[in-house]
Amino acid sequence: MIETAALGGIWRHEFALFKRYYLSQTFAALVEPTFMLLAFGYGFGSLVAVVGHYRYLDFVATGVVGVAALFTSVFPGMFNTYIRRSFQHTYDAILATPVDVPELVAGEVLWIAAKSGIYSCTPLVVAMGFGLRPSPGMLLVPFITFTTALGFGLFGMYTSAIVPSINSFDYVITGVVTPLFLIAGTFFPLASLPAWARTAAEFNPLFHCVELVRHAVFGLQPRTDLVHLSALLLFAALMWLIAVRTLRKRLID
Amino acid sequence: MTTLRPMTGARAPGSGSEPAISLRGVVKRFGALTAVAGLDLEVPTGSCLGLLGPNGAGKSTTMRLLTAQAIPDAGTISVLGYEVPGQSKQARAEMGVVPQQDNLDEELTARENLEVFAQLYRIPRRSRRAAVDAALERAFLTERQSTRVDRLSGGMRRRLLIARGLVHDPRLVLLDEPTVGLDPQVRAQLWGLIDGLRSAGTTVLMSTHYIEEAERLADSCALMSHGRVIASGSPAELVAEHAGARVTEHYGPPARLAEVEELARTAGLPTRRTGPSVSVLKAETMPPSLTAELGPDGVSRAASLEDVFVVLTGERVE
Ligand SMILES: Nc1ncnc2c1ncn2[C@@H]1O[C@H](COP(=O)(O)OP(=O)(O)OP(=O)(O)O)[C@@H](O)[C@H]1O
Ligand SMILES: [Mg+2]
Repeated sequence: MIETAALGGIWRHEFALFKRYYLSQTFAALVEPTFMLLAFGYGFGSLVAVVGHYRYLDFVATGVVGVAALFTSVFPGMFNTYIRRSFQHTYDAILATPVDVPELVAGEVLWIAAKSGIYSCTPLVVAMGFGLRPSPGMLLVPFITFTTALGFGLFGMYTSAIVPSINSFDYVITGVVTPLFLIAGTFFPLASLPAWARTAAEFNPLFHCVELVRHAVFGLQPRTDLVHLSALLLFAALMWLIAVRTLRKRLID
Repeated sequence: MTTLRPMTGARAPGSGSEPAISLRGVVKRFGALTAVAGLDLEVPTGSCLGLLGPNGAGKSTTMRLLTAQAIPDAGTISVLGYEVPGQSKQARAEMGVVPQQDNLDEELTARENLEVFAQLYRIPRRSRRAAVDAALERAFLTERQSTRVDRLSGGMRRRLLIARGLVHDPRLVLLDEPTVGLDPQVRAQLWGLIDGLRSAGTTVLMSTHYIEEAERLADSCALMSHGRVIASGSPAELVAEHAGARVTEHYGPPARLAEVEELARTAGLPTRRTGPSVSVLKAETMPPSLTAELGPDGVSRAASLEDVFVVLTGERVE
């Protein structure tokens, strides 16, 4: 059972730390998409004006939302979890209080996902400066990125429990995270890829996130979007099971 | 009565309350290594038990078993009346833990560390502030409350670590070598603090390598070796039983020391090396013939818990 009192304690810890780094994170969240949109939107955009029925800049802006959701969840999931478990022994301290492993995992990932869900919307805000038209559907985006970040945050936490050392994250980043963020229809449409890559993308949660974000911003397609949402929820549920299991093995002797 | 009894399943008649901690036949293995090997231990409510034993004896592992941060391979554990690991969360809510290894959050200030734990221990919002203030005072860190932990001295960190484990006024505290690295004044202050806890009715389980600490604070001691308790009782009982009243120390070249050891052993008296000398324990029971044989160069002193420790756990580091 997961008690809110336990989650409250974990968030108290996160909030105390957040007060230390929110400025740098906010800076990164605003400036990074600005650079991306400048480089891709203007650089690439001069070669490709439209993708499908989207303006290329609008296409990239929504793609970058997905990339932000991935990066701001998988990296804290990997590195913070590893450092707190292995170097700082923070989790040892927390597990000596009335907090169980599932509560620890839930508290950490809900915080990561809440933060990621909100910060991942910054590319849209920046893109409005580049001419993206505001739409009411944009209000759905933080919920989409939150759900995506749950899965990827848990995936990061899971890998933190299986890597033998912090350097081994290179394998995860190059071998898993990079292909995930490239083959998701983020910067170029999947239609231009060979059939096998398009099939592979169906198994990429980020693809479902990016599709959902685009549809939320430019017009929902209820039937397909329900499939995309289910894929994200299924991914998060699966990751929850394996993250709790592997972390328990690592934290409890 | 505060002495430890070997557990036979029955409680001493007249002891009204349940023991705060009870372990029966507890086994914990790490692969091929058996860290805790059939441990029986009971800590009566309101008493202070000193857990002694050489490095690797299984003291810290025992502490982790009590918080369900390690799960036993066999045996039963109960803490404050809760069955562990089954009901360990309730037990953890009512106990405080001071780990051997510092796990404070270095990026946060002293105060923030305490605030986080005040909430993790579910102190109601309205009393949290007072609890944190009291903990800072306890640790003599009121003035340094806004200092980040990575800028505190080693002793200050230790004090903060102890205060963190006490922030919620637990009924039971587990102290794993609480005074390592403290200067003598602060150690004495903490002894006062631990003694105060016990006077207030808190049960204390404390592991330590400072024999003096155990002698001063513990109502009873358990001596651990290779994952089980090999002797237990009040410090005075342990000394009387295993080291007697007096000890004579003989100095000399190695050949002389070996000779003293040989003579004492033949007479059935325990000995231990004390650096450049050999100590013959239970010297008061020495037959006059042996006294004569050993010669007059012996220096007499009172037997100590340290003598017991060395004699029972062996002299060599394994
Ligand atoms: N997580 C673990 N994995 C493998 N072995 C372990 C683990 N924890 C402890 N051990 C082993 O169990 C044995 C008991 O260790 P423990 O830390 O309980 O000893 P201790 O009595 O606390 O020693 P010290 O006085 O040095 O703190 C040691 O041999 C140790 O190497
Ligand atoms: Mg230890």
